[in-house]
Amino acid sequence: MSQQEHIGPSTEELVVEAREALRDRARRRAARLGDHFKREWQIYVLLLPTILWFALFLYKPMYGLQIAFKDYSIFRGIDGSPWIGFEHFRTLFENDQFLRAIRNTVIISFFTLLFGFPAPIILALMFNEILSQTYKRAAQTIVYLPHFISTVIIAGIVITAFSPSAGIVNTVLEWLGMDPVYFLTKPEWFRPIFIGSGIWQEAGFQSIVYLAAIAGVNPSLYESAVVDGASRWQMVWKVTLPSILPTIIIMLIIRIGNLLEVGFELIILLYQPATYETADVINTFIYRQGLQQGQYDLAAAAGLFNAVVAFVLVMTANTISKRVSRTSLW
Amino acid sequence: MANMNLYSRGDKWFVIANMVLVGLFTIATLYPFLYIAAVSFSSGFAAAAGTVVLTPVNFTIAAYERVLSEPEFWRSYANTFIYTFGGTAVSLLIIIPGAYALSRPQLIGRRFWNLFVAFTMWFNAGLIPFFLNMRDLGLLDSYFGIIIGFALNAFNIILLRNFFESIPSSFEEAARMDGANEFQVLWKVYVPLSKPAIATITLFCIVARWNGFFWAMVLLQSEDKIPLQVYLRQLIAELSDDEEFTSTLISAAYSVETVTAAIIVCSIIPVLLIYPWVQKYFNKGILLGGVKE
Repeated sequence: MSQQEHIGPSTEELVVEAREALRDRARRRAARLGDHFKREWQIYVLLLPTILWFALFLYKPMYGLQIAFKDYSIFRGIDGSPWIGFEHFRTLFENDQFLRAIRNTVIISFFTLLFGFPAPIILALMFNEILSQTYKRAAQTIVYLPHFISTVIIAGIVITAFSPSAGIVNTVLEWLGMDPVYFLTKPEWFRPIFIGSGIWQEAGFQSIVYLAAIAGVNPSLYESAVVDGASRWQMVWKVTLPSILPTIIIMLIIRIGNLLEVGFELIILLYQPATYETADVINTFIYRQGLQQGQYDLAAAAGLFNAVVAFVLVMTANTISKRVSRTSLW
Repeated sequence: MANMNLYSRGDKWFVIANMVLVGLFTIATLYPFLYIAAVSFSSGFAAAAGTVVLTPVNFTIAAYERVLSEPEFWRSYANTFIYTFGGTAVSLLIIIPGAYALSRPQLIGRRFWNLFVAFTMWFNAGLIPFFLNMRDLGLLDSYFGIIIGFALNAFNIILLRNFFESIPSSFEEAARMDGANEFQVLWKVYVPLSKPAIATITLFCIVARWNGFFWAMVLLQSEDKIPLQVYLRQLIAELSDDEEFTSTLISAAYSVETVTAAIIVCSIIPVLLIYPWVQKYFNKGILLGGVKE
């Protein structure tokens, strides 16, 4: 007698059995999946256009980002163009214009943050101290409005108002006995004008977030402040402001995460070669190099650099926000 | 709060000073609009000489006559309406079903699909790859390209998905009992309950479309397809590029300044018309839903 009879099924038999079990499980899972799709196919039909759109318009360009590492030619296409490694990045970081664009992006972002960030907070605190509801609502209606106006119109207003011969700004300077200035050709005036028009356009609308936070402050805090004989000024500093501090911190983190997002559309409309020195940012550099001069690969490399830095900033901001508020931004 | 007698003398001054400051900021916000309106109704000579301050000087509607007699103005205006309403309709037709599907618990790979959408908020291929992709898809210089290429963004989908998720499932149970399928549940239960959120997204789409100019400028080559904002930009470029040249070209009735101002006024009017409706929504604080997911 062979040993096998004592031991039971052979290894081969075991393997066959195991295979069958696996196949069986797969079959059952497939049947379950089949049932699922048969029952729930409608959800996937509803989802499909969204997924297709994202794949076609946002993920396919990510595949195209490889031209940042290629010697791209329109005729060879994305796949046919030869790889050249980090050549474009080397060129970029030896290019004074690109380095200037990085510097300008950082400087403009920093000053936008410095002046633009507190403005809506102050505005919200001020709105909150207005007693007349009618007055408050009228003022809010007006200051929210510029948010809904297009960049082109903002630029048109700025250009008209700062025009050397016709603009109101120079008219006022003339009243004051000063010489007219052609502001938009002066590099030293570009950033103040750009940042100022940004505050003019967005401070009102951004104050909504803080007004909502103020609305959520516990009224008993004010009541006890009144009992303690606090003045309204003290209440702003000791009750309102500390109460909305979490919102302020969250908004600050979001802003820092989006630091590279300078409003380049307005810059394209306002800058000219005379002001490139202070006005040219990474995205306007990409626009000129890529879309106007057709150096797609070099501009794509600049864009990739921008996107990677932005990604790191956003992720860092989210991590910090998780620690600070225990709730992530998404 | 309304009784001023409750406050000390210092508080009264505080309240008054605050009202004045808010008033000044409000006037500063409003003034550029009034100034542009005044320029648009002034004579070209007065505008070019810089004599317009608050009210029209040598009142005339010559600039408007000039603008309204330009066929390019009307065509670009019509194009803007096509992009705004066509684009918003396409956006809603994709976003509403997509957001609903992403909110369903039984969706297989739900986490993955949500991340697939949200990731695009953090990482973006950038201007050049997007442009080359549009070119490869044959969507340059086409109405369809502008309408479909900018139909979605992650933010709007997530905003609506969150709203759908906040609706208790008890609302749909009755419909399910009656044998309603997903399409019917979405259309008859979720859409009616989500009117404020859908209105918010519609508003975002309309505003973005009405104001959008950058990609229209980059992607459209034919003059007869450009929207109003691109047409306006061309005029403004004229105004800022050769200031010397244009200022010698002043006709007594209108100038580049007054014509540009007139187009600005014409472009703002529709925004002002829907503004009360817009206000109704953000007064309710609905726009805030999107700040945090």
